[in-house]
Amino acid sequence: MDVLSLSRLQFAVTCMFHFIFVPLTLGLSILTAYMETRYVISGDETWLKMTKFWGKLFLINFSLGVVTGITMEFQFGMNWAEYSKYVGDIFGAPLAIEATVAFFMESVFIGVWIFGWNKVSKSFHAVSIWLVAIATNLSGLWILLANGWMQHPVGYVLRNGRAEMVDFLAMVTNPYGVLKFGHQIVSGYTVAAFFVMGISAWHLLRKNQPKFFTRSFKLAAVFGLVSAILVGVIGDFHAVEVAKTQPTKFAAMESVWETKKGVGMNLILLPDEKRECNAIERLCIPNMVSLLAFHQPDAEIKGLKEFPRELRPPVTLTYLSFRAMVGLGTLFILLSLVAVFLSRTGRLANYPLFLRILVYAIPLPYIANQLGWVVAEVGRQPWIVYGVLKTSDGVSKSITSAQVFGSLAGFTLLYGFLGVIDIYLLIKYARKGPDDDLSGIIKPASVRGA
Amino acid sequence: MELQITWFVLWAVLWAVYFMLDGFVLGTGILHNVLARTDGEKRVLINTIGPVWDGNEVWLITAGGATFAAFPTTYALMFSYLYTALLLLLFALIVRGVSFEFRGKIEGDGWKSAWDVAIQVSSFLPALLFGVAFGNIFMGLPMDAAGYHGSLVSLLNPYGLLTGVLFVLLFTVHGALYLAVKTVGDLSARAKSLADKTWPALLVVAVAFLAYTKFATKLFDNYLSTPVLFIVPLLAVAALLATRILSARGATLASFAASCVTVLMVVATGVTGLFPNLIPSSLDPNFSLTIYNSSSSPYTLKLMTIVAFIFVPIVIAYKIWVYRIFRAPVTEAEVLGDKHAY
Ligand code: HDD
Ligand code: HEM
Ligand code: HEM
Repeated sequence: MDVLSLSRLQFAVTCMFHFIFVPLTLGLSILTAYMETRYVISGDETWLKMTKFWGKLFLINFSLGVVTGITMEFQFGMNWAEYSKYVGDIFGAPLAIEATVAFFMESVFIGVWIFGWNKVSKSFHAVSIWLVAIATNLSGLWILLANGWMQHPVGYVLRNGRAEMVDFLAMVTNPYGVLKFGHQIVSGYTVAAFFVMGISAWHLLRKNQPKFFTRSFKLAAVFGLVSAILVGVIGDFHAVEVAKTQPTKFAAMESVWETKKGVGMNLILLPDEKRECNAIERLCIPNMVSLLAFHQPDAEIKGLKEFPRELRPPVTLTYLSFRAMVGLGTLFILLSLVAVFLSRTGRLANYPLFLRILVYAIPLPYIANQLGWVVAEVGRQPWIVYGVLKTSDGVSKSITSAQVFGSLAGFTLLYGFLGVIDIYLLIKYARKGPDDDLSGIIKPASVRGA
Repeated sequence: MELQITWFVLWAVLWAVYFMLDGFVLGTGILHNVLARTDGEKRVLINTIGPVWDGNEVWLITAGGATFAAFPTTYALMFSYLYTALLLLLFALIVRGVSFEFRGKIEGDGWKSAWDVAIQVSSFLPALLFGVAFGNIFMGLPMDAAGYHGSLVSLLNPYGLLTGVLFVLLFTVHGALYLAVKTVGDLSARAKSLADKTWPALLVVAVAFLAYTKFATKLFDNYLSTPVLFIVPLLAVAALLATRILSARGATLASFAASCVTVLMVVATGVTGLFPNLIPSSLDPNFSLTIYNSSSSPYTLKLMTIVAFIFVPIVIAYKIWVYRIFRAPVTEAEVLGDKHAY
């Protein structure tokens, strides 16, 4: 394989790996902060126990999110040097801002939170996890504004042989980036909600600590319902933005080949990229695609044939990923609706089958997240910056395929190894359940004065 | 133009502060199995850096991000030219980061001693690689119109390796002094004596480095044309001497402070000599990357200046405050009694 394909594969592997850990961080930090706040206000030790149990899982997950992030920061220069030179003037800024504004706050206060149980006041301890939660979500904001700019470049001019920033505000208010951020953080919350519900369900099935896990479940169910609905709503607006700014991606997401007005949605569909049509089309909902794209039933959709072949993204992958993501999103709304209903009416224990389903549902929001990125990134091809720079023109010139082959192999092995350990630890500590002994936070008097 | 100079200074400050802060974390890691004799002592060492290592590493991420935003061409070429060296660095930083978290999560001697080795190797390697990288940047990279003509092997030249050894020794002494301050009793005394014993080697290598720099690089050109600048390397040497003198007097904290100044001044010595280059070309000065030919547009530089001047002071303020919260030395009793400790 050549440097370009290898670099693309490596970017996809390292990004997707980083993104196994990020969504849970986004949501679980908020849930943990909420639990600790309840403890500080009420003094109820169950909330404290919850903070510690879920907080521990949060930390195990967090550590891999952090270390895989460094790779991301370096890779633009290592593998995408031409890209970095061409757009660095505008793309570098959000990355640097992210580090200064978000990463410092997150990394410093996570230290206070882990090690400060006996060193800062109870309320300040809770404030520090809130600061971590805010910072992780802020870091999402800046990186998604950066990515949003690649999807829909604004506020720049082509000058001196590169893209130069002329309007920072335009980048910060880029609807594409803002919607991406909105959609992204709530999808992270969905991951966290299903994570907490699934683990609670596992313990409830075994009748471990029912009070503790019922309370965790209830909290996560509500959080999950709100998030899952928002994922769908914001996702819908996001799709409208895509239709407006990236017609090729939108056509691939719905596998529309011919330009038409009032396009319907086939519930069963299989694209045939060679013959430039759909091999199977069944169960058509009239006007649905037009409605989704522009919120108007008879809007015109540009078909893929409108664009030269070399400017079209891979259709089947984009289409199937999008379908699966939306399908999963619908499922999450239904599941969390039932979860809220059963947990609010105190009937969870009567439905072991539902609890079992929730245990198996833990990976689903993760999968939906990855699929979302496949839609976003594969659907943008062949562009690295839509309409401005091709992916093939962005790759570094000075590296060899042997080098990238070596690094890709290295990342795969190292990440695979660390991923297995991390997931093993998550499962181990999730099964172990909460620790009844809270003595760890009461410091021996001899040390207190130091 | 002034903005580019501002950013050159900020760029240097970010690297210098990064080396000052992560330097002692790397040093602590290098000493992990040397200094600590029991599992309890190893846990003490990890817990001295536990609350701060990630915050310190973010200075590196910020230095990288700032290079990207302010000098995109330098970011692009430096990172792609040094591909394999950076990759090794990344792997080491990844392993180091997880090892703190993983080590204590499973009981078992084999598990723990495997991560003990990991901590040591993944701390030594970055120290060495940063030194090699900066040594080569001081010399200039072999680049011209056709691109880059070097490789990982060509980076491992005598001057690069000497700079690597300098960094390793510098961080070892720095880390030992940090541990002397942050631990108590016998462990603290051993850390201090290790710092004292390593110091002469550091001095020898530092002198050799300065002398070799005269022949291998053009760093001294700036100093010779503006002799007042010699104050920077002089301060570095003075701080290095002060480190030992203060330690001999038993003023460990002051000695550690002097060591911090040493690290800052070593970086300052290098970048003062580089100016206005960020990466000189060893083949043809026309292809050197300077702050003028590789910078962002004035608009972006202005924006980033505003961001830096607002947020960096805030960051420094809360970091100092957090260091104060955790200023007390870490004891074994405390680590064993605290379930949240590593
Ligand atoms: C729990 C995860 C999850 C779920 C259930 C959904 N999404 Fe999503 N989606 C994501 C997680 C995600 C994501 C990982 O967050 C993406 C990838 C890039 C991005 O910004 O968000 C994304 C991307 C993404 C894109 C492409 C954006 C682009 O091209 O940049 C669209 C149009 C939608 N989503 C729309 C939807 C709709 C209409 C859904 C209906 C329920 C939906 N998503 C469910
Ligand atoms: C963390 C979540 C992300 C995931 C899972 C992800 C996934 C992917 C995938 C699968 C590709 C490969 C597309 C292809 O080659 O066909 C890709 C490409 C790319 N993505 Fe992302 N992405 C993520 C976030 C980002 C962000 C935030 C940025 C920029 C700030 C970004 C920049 C790029 C670039 C530069 C490429 C081009 C290289 C390529 O085409 O392979 N990605 N990404
Ligand atoms: C390709 C672009 C990306 C880059 C350059 C990047 C960079 C980084 C870096 C350097 C860290 C470590 C910070 C530390 O040391 O504390 C990190 C962690 C993190 N990143 Fe990314 N990241 C990328 C994609 C994303 C995306 C798309 C999101 C979310 C929307 C995200 C959210 C986070 C969060 C929440 C953390 C905190 C730690 C954790 O994940 O557990 N990142 N990232």
